[in-house]
This record gives sequence, C-alpha cells and structure tokens, in this order.
Amino acid sequence: MVENVIEMKKAHRLLARMDYELGKVQKGYTNRTLYINLCDNTIKSKPVTQQMKDIFIGGRGFGLWYLWNAVTSETKWNDPENEIIISTGPIGGITQYPGAGKSLVVSLSPITGTVIDSNVGGYFGPLLKFSGWDALEIQGKAEKDVIIYIDGNNGYVTIEEAPEEAVDSHLAAEQFTAMYADSEEDKRNVAVVSAGRGAENTLIGLLNFSFFDLKRGVPRLKQAGRGGIGTVFRDKKIKALVVKYTGVKGDTNGPADKEKIINAGLRLHREIHDLDKVQNRMREVGTAHLTEIMNDYDLLPVMNFQYGSHPDAIKLSSDVFKKYFTQGLPDGCWYGCSMACAKAVDNFELKTGPYKGQKVCVDAAEYETIAGLGANCGIFDPEYVIEANFYCDTYGIDSISTGTLMAFVMECYERGIINKEITGGLELKFGNKEAAMELIHQMGNGYGFGRIAGQGVRRMKKIFVEEYGADPGLVNDIGMEVKGLECSQYVSKESLAQQGGYALANKGPQHDEAWLIFMDMVNKQIPTFEDKAQALYYFPMFRTWFGLNGLCKLPWNDIEPADNGLTDEPAKVPEHVRNYVDIFNGVTGKNITKEELILQSERVYNFQRIFNLKMGYGTRKYDIPPYRFMGPVTKEEYESRAERYDKQLKELGYDIEGKTVEEKIKMLREYREDQYQKLCDAVYRRKGWTPDGVPTLETVKKLGIDFPDVVELISKYQ
Amino acid sequence: MIKVNKENMEYQEGMTVEDVLQKKKYTFRMITVIVNGRVVPKDQYATYMLKDGDNVDVVHIMSGG
Repeated sequence: MVENVIEMKKAHRLLARMDYELGKVQKGYTNRTLYINLCDNTIKSKPVTQQMKDIFIGGRGFGLWYLWNAVTSETKWNDPENEIIISTGPIGGITQYPGAGKSLVVSLSPITGTVIDSNVGGYFGPLLKFSGWDALEIQGKAEKDVIIYIDGNNGYVTIEEAPEEAVDSHLAAEQFTAMYADSEEDKRNVAVVSAGRGAENTLIGLLNFSFFDLKRGVPRLKQAGRGGIGTVFRDKKIKALVVKYTGVKGDTNGPADKEKIINAGLRLHREIHDLDKVQNRMREVGTAHLTEIMNDYDLLPVMNFQYGSHPDAIKLSSDVFKKYFTQGLPDGCWYGCSMACAKAVDNFELKTGPYKGQKVCVDAAEYETIAGLGANCGIFDPEYVIEANFYCDTYGIDSISTGTLMAFVMECYERGIINKEITGGLELKFGNKEAAMELIHQMGNGYGFGRIAGQGVRRMKKIFVEEYGADPGLVNDIGMEVKGLECSQYVSKESLAQQGGYALANKGPQHDEAWLIFMDMVNKQIPTFEDKAQALYYFPMFRTWFGLNGLCKLPWNDIEPADNGLTDEPAKVPEHVRNYVDIFNGVTGKNITKEELILQSERVYNFQRIFNLKMGYGTRKYDIPPYRFMGPVTKEEYESRAERYDKQLKELGYDIEGKTVEEKIKMLREYREDQYQKLCDAVYRRKGWTPDGVPTLETVKKLGIDFPDVVELISKYQ
Repeated sequence: MIKVNKENMEYQEGMTVEDVLQKKKYTFRMITVIVNGRVVPKDQYATYMLKDGDNVDVVHIMSGG
C-alpha cells in the first residue's frame, strides 16, 4: 500500500495552491470559510459575517445561505454554478458530549431539482473547522479528476489532478488516508470525503465521510446519503476531499465555558452507561434494534410498503446482526461519543461483484438499510443485506433510495408492468436476492436495466408510463417518493401525522424532520388536527437545530433519563433539551433559552421552504404524497388489514354491508385524502404560511429573514 | 372492559400490566405505563393486577426514527 500510494501521489499535478494563516476556533467559529472554484481553480477565504452567525448559525444554515446566493431559479444540479457546501456548526467538534461531530452537506439535488441537505458522521467537518474553516464551499467543475487537500497544521490548500487513485470509496478512503498520514497512528488525523463509480452512473450518488479506526486498522465510512450529492460531486470530477489536522483536544473548539459542556456530557455519559443496555442497546447493535420493533408494530416496510410486518423479519432482527457485528470496539464516529452506534462487520467475504472473494470491513448495517434492502424487497437474508450495503457504500449510492426503488421495481415486475425483456433478463420478483444484487451492480457500473433504475422512482414512473404503457394511476400510487426523493423506511399508512412528517418535509420524505408514529398511532397523544400540527411544528423545528450545530439526533431520544416518562412532555426528552441549551451557551458564550433554540431553527427552516419556492417548488401541490403513504392501494393491502379498515369505515358512518373490497378502498381513500388536506391546512396555519404553503410576509419579518429577494419572491404568492 | 391507549380491551380476571403489553405486542423497551393516572414501576409489570374499568396508558417515548 505505502509504495502504491507514493507512486499515485507522484502522478498528481498541482493546479492551484493557497497558503493561509492558521486559524483559531473561538467560541465554536473560525469566522471564515473556504471557497473553491474548480472551473478556474480559485481558492480563497471568505469572512463569516455576524448576520450569518445570528440567522443561519452554521452547518446546514451556512450551506443554505451560500447556495441561495450561488444559484438562480434556473440553475440545474449539473451546472457549474451549483455548489457543494460542507459545514459542521458551532458545537461540531466538541469531544465532551456524545454525537457532536456531524457534517452537513448542502447542494442542488439531481433527483429533486431543488435544495437538499444531508448529515453525516466521520471526522471531516470538525477537522475542517480545526484547520481554520467553518465551511468548505465548492463551485465549478474540473476537467479531469481532482482532489482538494487541506493541511490544517501547515496552512495550505491545494487542488491537484489525481488520476490514479480508486474512485470506489472503500479503496479511495484507504489510499488517501495512507497517502497523507505519516504513520499508522497519524491516520486518525486524516479524513477523506469520496463517492464511487455508482455516483457517476446514477442520480442517487452519496458521499462517504471517513474516520480512521485504529483498532481495526481501516478507514470507516459514514454516508451523506440522501438526494444524490455524490452524483454532483462526481459531476464536478472530484475524486476526494482530504483534510489533515493533528492536535484535537478537549478545548480545540474554543468553548466560552467548558464546565457547562463537561457537566452536560457527564450526565449523558452516565445515562448511556447505566441505561442503554435496558433501553435501545445502541452500543451493541446500533439502530438495527429497530427492525423487530417496527415489525411488531406493523411499521416495517414489506414488499414496497404494502405490508408492515412479515414472519421472516426475525431473520433480520438485531440478535441476528449482533452475531455479525464485532462487539466491544469503540464505534463512535467522532471522539467522545459513548453511544458508539456505528457498528461494523469485520472480515466479511464478498460473494459477488468486482471485489468478489475479498475480505472487507463493512460499515453495516443500520435499520434503514436492513429494512430497505431487506424487508422492503422481501429479502430476509442478513448476508445479502451486508453485501448489498457494502456495494451501495463503495459504489457511492444511497442505500435508502436503492431499497425503495428496488422495492418499486419488484412490485412493478410482479404486477406485469415490466418484464424480463425490459429488465434484460433479471427476474426482479420480491425475494430474489440474486437479481437484486445484480441490479445493484448494474446501477453501480451503469449498464443494463441499472441505468433506468439508477434514475430513481420518479423518473422510472415516467418511463414505465410513457415507454411501457403502465397505468399512470397505479404507478403513481405505489411509487414511494415525494418531491422526487425516495421514502425512508417506515410505513406511515395508519398515522396521519407521519404522513405529514414525510410529505411536508423540506427535502422530501426522510424521517429526520419528524417521526411521530408512536405519539400518533400508538399513544394517541395527538388526536386533533391542531395537536398534529403542533407536533409537526415543534419536532421539525427542534430536529433542524441538530443540523445547524453539527449534532447527531440519536443521543437526543435513543437514550433517555430513567425518569423521563414522569416529565410533562416525555416525547421532547426535556432533560436533553436542557443539555443542548447548556452546550450551545457553553460553546458560544450566548445565553439562549429552549424557546430561542426553536426560533433559531425556525428561521432556517422557513428559509429552506422559500428556497424550494425559488427553485419552482415549495407550494401545496408538492406536499401531496402518493396514496400508499396514506392507505391501501391494492386489494391485497386492504385485506391484510381488513379488520382495521372495516372498523374505521363503520365508525365513520360508511355503510359497508355487501360492498366489494374495491368499493371500500375507494371510500377509505376519499376519507383519508380529505384528512390529509385538512392536516396541511392546520400545519400551514401553525407555521405561519399561506393556504398554499408559502411563508407569509408577516412570518418572514417576524423571523428576520425578510431579505429583499426573499420578500420579492414570496410577495408573488401572498 | 379496560381501556388501553384509548381503545377497549376485554378484561380478564387476574390480568396484569405485562399481560396487556404482551397482548398488544408492545415490545418497545422505552415505555411508561400509567394506570388511572399513576405510573407503574417497570419491576411491577408482572405483578400489577388490573381491575375491570381501568384506564391504561402505555406511552411509547421514542419520537424519532
């Protein structure tokens, strides 16, 4: 490896270099960002203004602000004007509180056509900041494959042509880490961002962010998966971003009051130590614990979200995966995270594809991947899931979108909408793991039916209708995307609030804005439209805040204090909210309250909604999901929950005596679609938006985001 | 008849909180059980006897996937 990387490095051609004075982080900020344009190889420093910090805070907020100013309403994802912005946020990089090393990535998405944000672990964001930069903003396109290298100790940035290193991420991360580290120990000071060949060949490309695992001796990979940012990355001909910074310490983030952070951290570390083993077992199995829970509550997507459980789901349970996950290793994706949920399978021998026969370390498998690639495709084989997870990651394709689009393809195949002739011989029936694996390879390598599948569900719907004569009503009902983004892996049919949680989300149906199914469907805590609207106000605002600050959501509510259930609002986990207020104030020296925390998010959230409007979306009609988000589309689906649906219709006063299943589906649909519209009305009112879902002038003024171009834009919709 | 999360459930003599959780397939660990407004400690689920007419709330805490 060492000799190889020396030769690879010799082949680099320097295109540009900027030397800079080392920065110092003060109260969570370096107060400057790094701008790079790959068209003309510009490298320059930009100041962070007080307005940026006050209104956009950092992380996703900084990304949205830079992108807003970089693009017009006409800009497409593959125009040179599009940017990729990476920023952690003021809290990102502290080592005293679990889950404080996230990077937020923002760009125009190839699949939605509007702004997308994705959050990811690994060391890049914090090391970038400690190297002197609050954000990295990349615009333009290179002619040949390049890397951007940031040396945070010697103070220089280079753009270099890099022709010889691998594109696939498990190799790229290994090669660039070895290339820039002085020793094995030094590898932990190098962080790499890369994509993979599949990011070039599909629209669902992801970015892998590395951190070096000293115990295993390999770089681990965490994914900024949603929305195709990896596709933008490869379109710009970026092979990798590499940052090197040596010297991370407990106070490198320059906190104003370290004691506040330490005290909050100690409280949470104690909870994790004492309670994780009796709560979610994140330290043992990570998010894989959710599989059996979702199955028990009829929420696990099975066969393209038709059903919510399956007898074979036990084969994908956390106890099964625990046998594959190496236990007892420090699996945090940033220093100081005692939750340590980034599980990995070591020495996994690949059975297929270009790396067949090789033994690899797989960052696998999280709940979303297990549910999406496994249950949702009717495949209940853990080794298939691990292998598919490996290839999705190294090819640089989003495993959530892959699971959902694969499930859609399989249902279309089973219903005769597509056939072997169209799939090039692949028998894409539910449960056919060999065909599914082959389709992943086709997507990754850009051939066969993989070229169609890799365009995502929305484009496939159009192709199936226009070229293969599919019934548009049916494919639109069963293709699980909103705004062009494939749905993440929860069945929302029986929770109106979660239908809103998915379809009203700014970026599309990802559950990181709101996951309300237990509150709504199980606990029945939010029965009225107003209750649901309040939840759909509070939780998206609260959760947006993590992305402004470089924080992981999991330590908020995947562990809870022993007495949390006795508090007034257990769903909010009040003690942890207090921790977040403390650590924000401890880092920045400010004195915000929990109400101001929500206000910080509300500004950025509304700004993102208006960004959608700028790009030609952002109104009510883009918030309407396909019917399968709301209820049963087919006879089989209705019959699988007939008792529940019949009961609901009777309670609503429908006369179902002697009615066919098709007639009952129609009645239920009429009711549920109407309920969804009423939910939108209530949510828009609560958020201070017009009936068409546009923030009102009064709202943007109140929030202080009434910039002239914002006011001009929304004025047309008042 | 008892109420569990606002829905009716047939009451059976000798029924415990644990029986209710099993019957409803409430397997999630982060729950708080409240019977007639009073929290039942976790270590009493197997022994806490319910009475006919009881109002049981099983509050699932997780609000985020």
